[in-house]
Amino acid sequence: MSTERTTLERVEAGLARRRRKELLFKLTGMFATAIGVVFLGVFFTTLIVKGSSAFQQTFLKLDIELSEAVLAPDGELDVRYADFDGLVRTALRAQLPEATSRVDRRALYRLVSVGASYQLRDLVATNPELVGTTQTLWVPASSNVDMFIKGDIDAEADEALRPLSDQQISWIRSLDEAGRIDMRFNSALFSNGDSREPELAGIKGAVMGSFYMLLVTITLSFPIGVAAAIYLEEFAPKSRWSDLIEVNINNLAAVPSIVFGLLGLAVFINWMGLPRSAALVGGLVLTLLTLPVIIIASRAAIKAVPPSIREAALGLGASKMQVVFHHVLPLAMPGMLTGAIIGMSRALGESAPLLMIGMVAFIVDVPGGFTDPATALPVQIYLWADSPERAFTERTSAAIIVLLGFLLVMNFAAVILRKRMERKW
Amino acid sequence: MTMTAMTETSTDNPEPIPAPVTGSSKEVPVSREIVLPAYPGQHTELGEKTVGNVTCDNPFMIAEDVNVYYGDNHAIQHVSLEIGKKQVIALIGPSGCGKSTFLRCLNRMNDTIETARVTGLITLDGEDIYRKEQDPVALRARVGMVFQKPNPFPKSIYDNVAYGPRIHGLAVDRAELDNIVFSSLERAGLLKEVKDRLDEPGTSLSGGQQQRLCIARTIAVNPEVILMDEPCSALDPIATARIEDLMDELSEDYAIVIVTHSMQQAARVSKRVAYFHLGLLVEVDETNKIFTNPQHKLTEDYITGRIG
Repeated sequence: MSTERTTLERVEAGLARRRRKELLFKLTGMFATAIGVVFLGVFFTTLIVKGSSAFQQTFLKLDIELSEAVLAPDGELDVRYADFDGLVRTALRAQLPEATSRVDRRALYRLVSVGASYQLRDLVATNPELVGTTQTLWVPASSNVDMFIKGDIDAEADEALRPLSDQQISWIRSLDEAGRIDMRFNSALFSNGDSREPELAGIKGAVMGSFYMLLVTITLSFPIGVAAAIYLEEFAPKSRWSDLIEVNINNLAAVPSIVFGLLGLAVFINWMGLPRSAALVGGLVLTLLTLPVIIIASRAAIKAVPPSIREAALGLGASKMQVVFHHVLPLAMPGMLTGAIIGMSRALGESAPLLMIGMVAFIVDVPGGFTDPATALPVQIYLWADSPERAFTERTSAAIIVLLGFLLVMNFAAVILRKRMERKW
Repeated sequence: MTMTAMTETSTDNPEPIPAPVTGSSKEVPVSREIVLPAYPGQHTELGEKTVGNVTCDNPFMIAEDVNVYYGDNHAIQHVSLEIGKKQVIALIGPSGCGKSTFLRCLNRMNDTIETARVTGLITLDGEDIYRKEQDPVALRARVGMVFQKPNPFPKSIYDNVAYGPRIHGLAVDRAELDNIVFSSLERAGLLKEVKDRLDEPGTSLSGGQQQRLCIARTIAVNPEVILMDEPCSALDPIATARIEDLMDELSEDYAIVIVTHSMQQAARVSKRVAYFHLGLLVEVDETNKIFTNPQHKLTEDYITGRIG
């Protein structure tokens, strides 16, 4: 009886200390979680605040006279050589007649993007019957006008320190008052390749480059990775060699990605002679990068298949291959697919190895195939972040938002696939 | 050298044989196809010999001087045992005594364990199952196995039963396959309960039903021997009773080897009992003799509950 009491007393004496420790531990955990959430929140907020304005773009309304005398001076319309620039400038001058000196006019012309004349050219090329008429068009304003309208250029700042002069600002204001300035959806961001002019720069080239690369990567790395995992897990005899291979695969997953870029440069470009800056080479390099990830994930998925299922099949007289293909693979597939998609997400976000194989080049054209020069989304982000123009800042954030969107979609797909294919046993 | 006299004509063995007959000459049974060496000495480190009678009438599988090593661990030591046709033999003994290991030798499931090594001779209907030309896949079609935990495939009930016939090509068309599936479920006493939901996953059944499904799956391949590794240890008494009834029925057609921890179960279902202890086969005899008059001290201690 007495021992029972002392035990109880001892337990009670320690209880308060135990509870305190537990509470402290809980608070530490909550604090850590809160910090993570706060950082994530700050990251997303700044990204969205900075990047969302890039989805809107400033346009100018101009009444452009498609005069026959300018477009077809010899009576023959040739859109390649016609002076669309002149038409845009004439329209600008008509809008703001107070700019008379050469210097003033040059300042005036800088309000409109060079994209205006391309737009005009495309319009006339598809509708030649418009020559001779006057068209009211919304053409893209230059990036400085766009920045001013979005409030990124401070009119109160010293004139020498801002890209727009006082006069240009007064012109912009008068155009705005006349209702000739409007913000519209920036479709160029999604339909154009890269450009030196921020208002014309888009991510389509980078998205297509990433798409072709990932296509190469998934078609190579998934089958190879799964085959390697099956062999190592189910067929390879356990020996010093298989241990060595296992250690090396695990190490390979931790190798800095730029090293794979160097390998790709040496093997695929220098030795095999594949084209530089091509999505094909990028895809091959990313295959090397994702293979260890897929092999490790697939092996884990195979290991997770309950041995009882294997035994049941073996006990019925299934051969080893039948056990693998009828039972192990279907059960391991969700895990393998998840691993593959996570590997793909990593490949999509990878930029360092691509720098080594020339995918960092300034490429305006949207790639149309695996061997066309291309760049990738993260590299595009790097390039834009490096550009001096103010307007590229918001485009960098916008491109990051798009990249994160793709990653989210992929990870979501992985979750859905796993949920759908998961079977209970 | 010790040896046990064994001929096909040996009778019911009404008297327990306290110890194998000692002799120096090898006796070659004339009525057998293959020449069996006399059971070599059952001497072990403990100096024990298998007592009782390892032979039986009409033996179908014969194990002679079987040793199993897991790496350096000598898991089964000099075990010799005959398994009769259309008879249930129960392997009992405390945990880790090697009864499951011995069971897994009989259909070469130990092959899947890399460190396992089996020596000695095991014959099935006169043929050495460890001979080079023996494909374990073909062997396992003849020696089916039911495991401790019900392990239906995560497929439909129908596909569970049809899997074995499918991989072995036992049915030429769908009708024949249907026939095999229905008759196997019927024999496993499961058809009535599942005939309306053959498309449902096998894992949706209750534990006892799952185990009967596993038995149906095993007999769908039409094996000659069924090995059962503690088939009822995960089941409640009612499900256990059903499986035991089933074993009784199945023993009319198959040789059944069952590993069990339940002495009541061994007493209920088996005709003969083999008691294993620390890798040794201590005593083999008719069930009623083992439980009423065990010859060996270890056997007696075990069945009376002093070790276990």
